Amino acid sequence: MWRFISLRLLQAVPVILAVITVTFFLVRVAPGGPFDSEKAVLPEVKAALEAQYRLDRPLFEQYFAYLGDLAQGDFGPSFKYPGRSVNELIAAGLPVTAELGLYSLLVAVIIGGIAGVFAAIKPNTAQDYIPMTAAMIGICMPSFLLGPLLVLVFGIYLDWLPVSGWGDIPGDKLLPSITLGSAYAAYIARLSRAGMLEVLSQDYIRTARAKGLPEWQVVVKHGLRGGMIPVVAYLGPAFAGLLAGSFVVETIFQIPGLGRFYVQAAFNRDYTMILGTTVFLSTLIVLFNLASDVLAAWMNPRLRAQFGGK
Amino acid sequence: MTLLPRLLLGALLLTLAACTGGESNVSKGNREGILHYGNGSEPQGLDPHVVTGVPEHHVIQALFEGLTAKDPATLEPIPGVASSWEISEDGKTYVFHLNPEARWSNGDQVTAGDFVFSWQRALHPKMGNQYAYMLFPVVNAEAYARGRLPDFADVGVKALDDVTLEVHLNAPTPYFLQLMDHYSTFPVHPPTIEKFGEISTRFTPWTRVENMVNNGPFDLKEWNLNRHIIVEKSDTYWDRDKVKLNGIIYYPTENIVSEERMFRVGQLHYTQTVPLDKIPVYEGIENSPHVQSPYLGTYYYLINTTMEPVNDVRVRKALSMAIDRVKLNNTVLQKSRFPAYTITPPGTLGYQPPKLFEFDAEKARQYLADAGYPGGDGFPQLELIYNTQEDHRKIAVAIQQMWKDVLNIDVAIANQEWKVYLDNVTEMHFQIARRGWIGDYVDPNNFLDLFITDGGNNNTGFSDPRYDDLILKLAPEAKTREERFSLFHEAETLLMEQMPIIPIYTYTSNHLKHASVKGMPSNLMDYINFRYVWLDPNETDAAPVED
Amino acid sequence: MTSEIISDITEAEQGTSLWKDAWLRLRKNHLAIVGLVLLVALIIIALLTPWIAPYSYETQNLELGATPPSAQHWLGTDIFGRDLMTQIMYGGRVSLAVGFVATSVALLIGVTWGAIAGYVGGRVDAVMMRLVDIMYALPFMIFIVLLMVVFGRNMLLLFLAIGAVEWLTMARIMRSQVQSLRQQEFVEAAISLGLSPGKIIVRHLIPNALGPIIVYTTLTIPAVMLLEAFLSFLGLGIQPPKTSWGLLISYGAETMEEFPWLLIFPGLALSITLFSLNFLGDGLRDALDVRRSKD
Repeated sequence: MWRFISLRLLQAVPVILAVITVTFFLVRVAPGGPFDSEKAVLPEVKAALEAQYRLDRPLFEQYFAYLGDLAQGDFGPSFKYPGRSVNELIAAGLPVTAELGLYSLLVAVIIGGIAGVFAAIKPNTAQDYIPMTAAMIGICMPSFLLGPLLVLVFGIYLDWLPVSGWGDIPGDKLLPSITLGSAYAAYIARLSRAGMLEVLSQDYIRTARAKGLPEWQVVVKHGLRGGMIPVVAYLGPAFAGLLAGSFVVETIFQIPGLGRFYVQAAFNRDYTMILGTTVFLSTLIVLFNLASDVLAAWMNPRLRAQFGGK
Repeated sequence: MTLLPRLLLGALLLTLAACTGGESNVSKGNREGILHYGNGSEPQGLDPHVVTGVPEHHVIQALFEGLTAKDPATLEPIPGVASSWEISEDGKTYVFHLNPEARWSNGDQVTAGDFVFSWQRALHPKMGNQYAYMLFPVVNAEAYARGRLPDFADVGVKALDDVTLEVHLNAPTPYFLQLMDHYSTFPVHPPTIEKFGEISTRFTPWTRVENMVNNGPFDLKEWNLNRHIIVEKSDTYWDRDKVKLNGIIYYPTENIVSEERMFRVGQLHYTQTVPLDKIPVYEGIENSPHVQSPYLGTYYYLINTTMEPVNDVRVRKALSMAIDRVKLNNTVLQKSRFPAYTITPPGTLGYQPPKLFEFDAEKARQYLADAGYPGGDGFPQLELIYNTQEDHRKIAVAIQQMWKDVLNIDVAIANQEWKVYLDNVTEMHFQIARRGWIGDYVDPNNFLDLFITDGGNNNTGFSDPRYDDLILKLAPEAKTREERFSLFHEAETLLMEQMPIIPIYTYTSNHLKHASVKGMPSNLMDYINFRYVWLDPNETDAAPVED
Repeated sequence: MTSEIISDITEAEQGTSLWKDAWLRLRKNHLAIVGLVLLVALIIIALLTPWIAPYSYETQNLELGATPPSAQHWLGTDIFGRDLMTQIMYGGRVSLAVGFVATSVALLIGVTWGAIAGYVGGRVDAVMMRLVDIMYALPFMIFIVLLMVVFGRNMLLLFLAIGAVEWLTMARIMRSQVQSLRQQEFVEAAISLGLSPGKIIVRHLIPNALGPIIVYTTLTIPAVMLLEAFLSFLGLGIQPPKTSWGLLISYGAETMEEFPWLLIFPGLALSITLFSLNFLGDGLRDALDVRRSKD
């Protein structure tokens, strides 16, 4: 098992290097530059700006200079926020987005997992249809719709919760977490229902039932581990999606998170910020995908035996 | 099945427990004298010689002060750091007498030498200040900024002593005093700048809370990226006795729908804008917090006069005359703008631009027929581009249909991501493109010099030697305001006869302002002098709620 | 046990009977049939829209503006005074096309990729999945901007771009399914019987992994429709006056307090489609479940 993990970590290095390289050249061929603005900029001023950011050097030189800085943990200065480093901006946004993501995943796994398992225990009954219908509504509700709707109801009509902010007013973390988590709750409900149905029809479950074990024990002890494999496999990608999805929620609720930086950097052609956030996020994504693979392997008895054997 | 409802109930209880029921920002702010200000978006930074945007302007306006300030009601120059000034007969020499009481936040006196240092920094060729051109009326300033003049001593600004600043201009510049209130001409504290780098170092941490030294009515207290910026009343500012607010909290309110909701629940005193569809709602209530005022800016469509079929002036006129601007304003724009037929907003400093045409379907069709496309027959492909934004889309969709109805032509419309759009406009890879221009100062010159030959913001291919002469040579030498304005009038007539642009509307500023906010009159520049703003705690009525 | 494996193989070999059986089972599932009928109806409406739409989709009546449902306009009008029902009908053409085409692209690439990676395993698997990791990490927005700039704006490209993004998760799910199936006796038996890897993947692995794949597909279609709305909203997708359900919903969301019908009706159209897909998907999943059909 440890060999598997360290092997994958080793494989992650070329992956991240490839991501850096592709992104570096990709952003440079995108039309428009970081200093384009609505009012024309004097050519001399533009040249001075480009010199400040090394943009006047040959592209390959810039690339290696960037890699050199990166090796020392320096993501470079931001174009959009002069005087601030990308490291600083990431450090400011990350805790917020991580917290938002964590709460949302919690919402998603708890609500989605429970609904899916309940539905799978008695398929094609009310116990199945009601949570699954709710899940479907969750999927059709994009966050740009659910967020404002929740704000309207709980923030304005009922006046129970703040309409925006993060950590400023008590209770302002609730609506964003629910908004972001609900779509994933719906996915997880569907995936766990399917996974559970699959497992519950397996022979060893039938054997367990034949032994006269109580149903809940069958489900929890024997079913859950296998039935949750698709969910666990999904968690890695879900995390990636969460960060992209957090942009919308962060915009609606004016949350100072990384998701907003990430997307806006692309719009601003903030080269260093795009690269910085991409490198940072891709590292996280690789780690999360690895974690979900490890977890899925651990939950799959046969694969586990194989790992143990090695 | 029993677990699920129980969980839901738990979540609901949690929700209820989290309810605040506390005091709103607005009523708390009224009690404490703190203004909660929706600032549009997160400022790029707070260095007056680096930043370029409007949200930056609102914060810097509170932290720094230039030689002059503006009266918020009349926009006339009033004393800032300079308590008085003299202008020579020929209008080319300005002598500013600085207030000896003017102080930096660390207690140092604000001196004329600080201004010389600051203007050198603002103009420094390595600085990359995008607003350096604001100082170009000063002798040799442009040459220095473009790196053609090595010695700043040759630039027309001198400190005669600590409190006297002499400035020499290339030509009489009637709007020069206004420029003294633009942040690109603001002073910075030389020892602080040099403590963190050289005069031309762009990225230094001197604007951080712990480092900043400033000279305005407020001091920086907290700068929490993307969350809020807090400034509090300064105790070193020379006119501190007049400052009534104890502080301002700026919120980055990028999402205008969220901003309106924050206002509605009392999280904000003031919003940067109002969503179009909300305007009739707010107009319909008594004591509406909606304040609308003419704004120095024009919304127009650029035409690339080098491209088929709009290289034909008759096609351009047909397109322009086919737009029913009054109808557009009354419907899609919720009567919130003013239909425009010229580039200069009417009444800019008393100047009245020529009105050469209006909506005329018959004439528009005639022009199109003359151009060789009677009834729209054989009209080639034409595309209108705009940058992604709801209001631009609405306007484009409505105009697309007007062109179809009046001229029977199909014009494609395409929205583009901001930087792609900018790239296409500057490279002139478009046929028609949406554009807006907001004046930097109140003078027709600021609009008309857009269209000089090869001007950086021309982007239409329009070029007329007479026009260039009028704007660049004749108008600056004009002896009187009347003479100057008649030259502008001639130039604008030339421009609109060629129609390289299709004016759509004159901007308005639209805000939601809580009844307790006083001392913030509406004006043409959407300018706020925070020195005079105060909160009346007696106006406690909560933000009006609909229905 | 062995006889069951053999019968599995023979059943899969006779592809036609598998599908016939599945259809028979599907027919018994009333909800799935309702979903199927609704979907077919929606597709027919979408195809016939240019002939049956009550109004022209671009004709405006600015003075009329947004009006609630009435006798002339059954679903009301939008802020340009355009008939909302017509807008929804035309929007459905775009949304359904994007949903089905992009998802098919994602399905095709994702399933093949994941199945090969999962089946072959080892170094091939590692390389293939690291490629997926790289794709995941690339800044999607820049990627789309570039595509649009290089190839110009066109619908087909939009479908492909969306499909090119959505297949990644599909590949991961497929791979994990195949990995666990590969260890099962019937696959090992098939290998020992000397069937070629291609045949094993197509005949045994993919059919047996269909459950989660179908479920994920029903999840992908709405995601794709919403992604299209997001891209169009940013100016990277379809251009006005063309519209889609996702766009109609995002416009409606902005004015949900003033003109709720602009949100409700497009939302309803999307919901009906998704519910139909969902029921049909579940029905298909159950109908194609080879093992459960033994019960």
